[in-house]
Amino acid sequence: MSRIELSRRSMLKAGAAGLATPTVFAGAAWSFTNDPQGGAVTLGFNVPQTGPYADEGADELRAYELAVEHLNGGGDGGMINTFSSKTLDGAGILGQKVEFVTGDTQTKGDAARASAKSMIEKDGAIMITGGSSSSTAIAVQGLCQEAGVIFMAGLTHSNDTTGKDRKANGFRHFFNGYMSGAALAPVLANRYGTDRKAYHLTADYTWGWTQQESIANSTEALGWETINNVLTPLASTDFSAYIAPVLNSGADVLVLNHYGGNMVNSLTNAVQFGLRDREANGKNFEIVVPLYSRLMARGAGENVKGIFGSTNWHWSLPDDGSKAFVRSFGTKYGFPPSQAAHTCYVQTLLYADAVNRAGSFNPCAVVEALEGFQFDGLGNGPTLYRADDHQCFKDVLVVQGKENPTSEFDILEVVEVTPRAQVEYPSDHPMFGGPEASLGSCNPGA
Amino acid sequence: MLGLNKKDTSLFLVIVVLTILAPLLLNPFPSETALAQFNAGYPDLMQRFVVFGIFAIGFNILFGLTGYLSFGHAAFLGIGSYSAVWIYKLFTYNVLPALVLAIIVSGFFAVLIGYVSLRRSGIYFSILTLAFAQMSFALAYSVLSNPKFNLTNGETGLQVYANDLQLFHRESLPDFPHLFGLSMGSTYKLGAGPWEFQFNVAYYFCAIMMILAFYFAIRLFRSPFGMMLRAVKSNQQRLNYTGLNSRPYMLAAFVISGMYAGLAGGLLAVTDPLAGAERMQWTASGEVVLMTILGGTGTLIGPVLGAGFIKYFENIFSKINDQVLHQWFTFLPDGLEDFLVAIVHPFIGKGWHLTLGILFMLVVIFLPGGLVEGGQRVERAVRRLMRRGKAADAANVSAE
Repeated sequence: MSRIELSRRSMLKAGAAGLATPTVFAGAAWSFTNDPQGGAVTLGFNVPQTGPYADEGADELRAYELAVEHLNGGGDGGMINTFSSKTLDGAGILGQKVEFVTGDTQTKGDAARASAKSMIEKDGAIMITGGSSSSTAIAVQGLCQEAGVIFMAGLTHSNDTTGKDRKANGFRHFFNGYMSGAALAPVLANRYGTDRKAYHLTADYTWGWTQQESIANSTEALGWETINNVLTPLASTDFSAYIAPVLNSGADVLVLNHYGGNMVNSLTNAVQFGLRDREANGKNFEIVVPLYSRLMARGAGENVKGIFGSTNWHWSLPDDGSKAFVRSFGTKYGFPPSQAAHTCYVQTLLYADAVNRAGSFNPCAVVEALEGFQFDGLGNGPTLYRADDHQCFKDVLVVQGKENPTSEFDILEVVEVTPRAQVEYPSDHPMFGGPEASLGSCNPGA
Repeated sequence: MLGLNKKDTSLFLVIVVLTILAPLLLNPFPSETALAQFNAGYPDLMQRFVVFGIFAIGFNILFGLTGYLSFGHAAFLGIGSYSAVWIYKLFTYNVLPALVLAIIVSGFFAVLIGYVSLRRSGIYFSILTLAFAQMSFALAYSVLSNPKFNLTNGETGLQVYANDLQLFHRESLPDFPHLFGLSMGSTYKLGAGPWEFQFNVAYYFCAIMMILAFYFAIRLFRSPFGMMLRAVKSNQQRLNYTGLNSRPYMLAAFVISGMYAGLAGGLLAVTDPLAGAERMQWTASGEVVLMTILGGTGTLIGPVLGAGFIKYFENIFSKINDQVLHQWFTFLPDGLEDFLVAIVHPFIGKGWHLTLGILFMLVVIFLPGGLVEGGQRVERAVRRLMRRGKAADAANVSAE
């Protein structure tokens, strides 16, 4: 009971402290927010458990639980054994046992922030990770910057996450729309020729626009022509009205900048209209889905056969890291992990390793340890966490829907591994906020 | 007191005391115990309680008094948030101008939407308001967020960037919403043995706003104007036949209600300087209807209770996962433990909607007057018991 000190004087002092310090959690006696105490450290896993991306969220959560198990020395250690940095030894993070709390983002920015805030304010989480859409990732990243904790983004593909909305406390391992465009365009030009006319259907929100812009730029640079770009409302479930005009537009390629349920519906509509059996301008009509995920491909069923797209990682990769991860994930859950699961698992390991290397949980020390960090053995080959925008640079996979799938998981095949050099861009690239975008400075909170 | 009758005064005082002591009352369990999971006394959730309390009080002025079910009230919530964040972006992080603009702009939109929607009543009114709200949502989500004219920043949500204008912002002021320099994010943490209580500036600011909003609602309920609104509810046709034009009254009620929602939206931006389009979605409009019905339509305190109830479930139950369940049932034998976890599993974590739905059904079926009716029934039962006890005592005394 010795900690009660609610005299008039101490209240005044606290008030004065509140007036003087412009930090989010003023008045606490710590040097940074949620300094772990008592032999355990709490991580916050904030994923969509309800709503359109619930499948992805569930898979992310599985990956997080697996990562925690491995960090605490359980299981077979997964990618810890293949990771090029050797500070993780199964004794938790910095000798502290890893615990976690989970929350539901509902794929809504508000709900995601509420959930993340409760993790920070109530459960004392030192790091927040997750998100299966760019809007929630960006919203939560901003919150973590204000509150002074680290945010390790999960699946978020919009250029903005590490573009105009980049934050010093936020890090992204996943690739982005620009990289999809840069990786996909040469393969498309190679297969379909350089004189194609493309028609874009784009989900009408931030992610759709940034991806459409990226794909259009990359393909136009190789000689394609963009005939039209039609924005479709996010809530659409029937795209036939948007597909019909494509037939007479003179286009010979349809690019679907859709994700999740939208993509499943628009692709199904397009195939039902017989687009793929048609000929236009003397060539076969083709469909492209720039961002692929296995979970989505499964939803679209037969229709994905032969269709090109890009992905961050695929479970069929032959390197040691991927194999180790697929093995331990498969042993625990009975099926191979998705790319969402992979990026979340890797992010958790990267954070734990950065804390170990920094020797402190202080967010600013962690930021320093992650900036410019080069690593390997986590499934994507040699990778760099660029200091300028906290984006990971690594090889990107171009995939194609398999003609003869052998199981419900074996839907995509890797056509090409695009080398890192081909998808790199300067950090002040106009699609990423230009020279105005800045990380700001790291915020350790209290 | 304050122009209230005795009963209202005591209700008002109860609300005041509860909101002031909330950081203590909502943290009944010591922080290291397993039950701490159910503590709601952290700033974010307490802020939500009072902010959505205001939203529901305002909604109840329209729905509870006049019986007009607006299914698009979230539009005003969103408009309030956007207005507040624009003040942050252009001028200052001070919350007062932000709130004033939030109330004015949402009031303005309420006049426009109300003027059109109130030409119809019943289900047609609900559909009209729903249509307007979905229009606002679509505008905010994509139309008004194109790169050329970016008013709402679309899906990402409107937020303050380092290179924003912020005319009256100075280095000495916090980079967070503040009241003349007092940062809304400051929290005073008080440790008392195993407990830790958090006293947060933004919470108390919102709490004061809710107390004011509540007071104004009581006065409105008891005023001749409130009586007129009740008359609309009981029989608008008859009211019109007496030669009275009820439409101005309706419009006034709609606008007041919209301004309440705008205030709540502004306060959301006070606690967290971001405005997202999903605040305007029809699910958000539906939520406030649920809050009001769950708490008790037409009662003063009901909507506040309903708001607290729903927000509690959304934030506490959604965070219970299987890991936590295993900790609770760890004292049981393994098989039984797994069995119990499997039974409870669908109702927690992502299943919180299910739990809330069941509770909502139970309340609507067995307590049509909402939680308030539940409270009244308990009160009556206790009274009856006491009376019987007294009667028995009296009988005993006379027998002696």
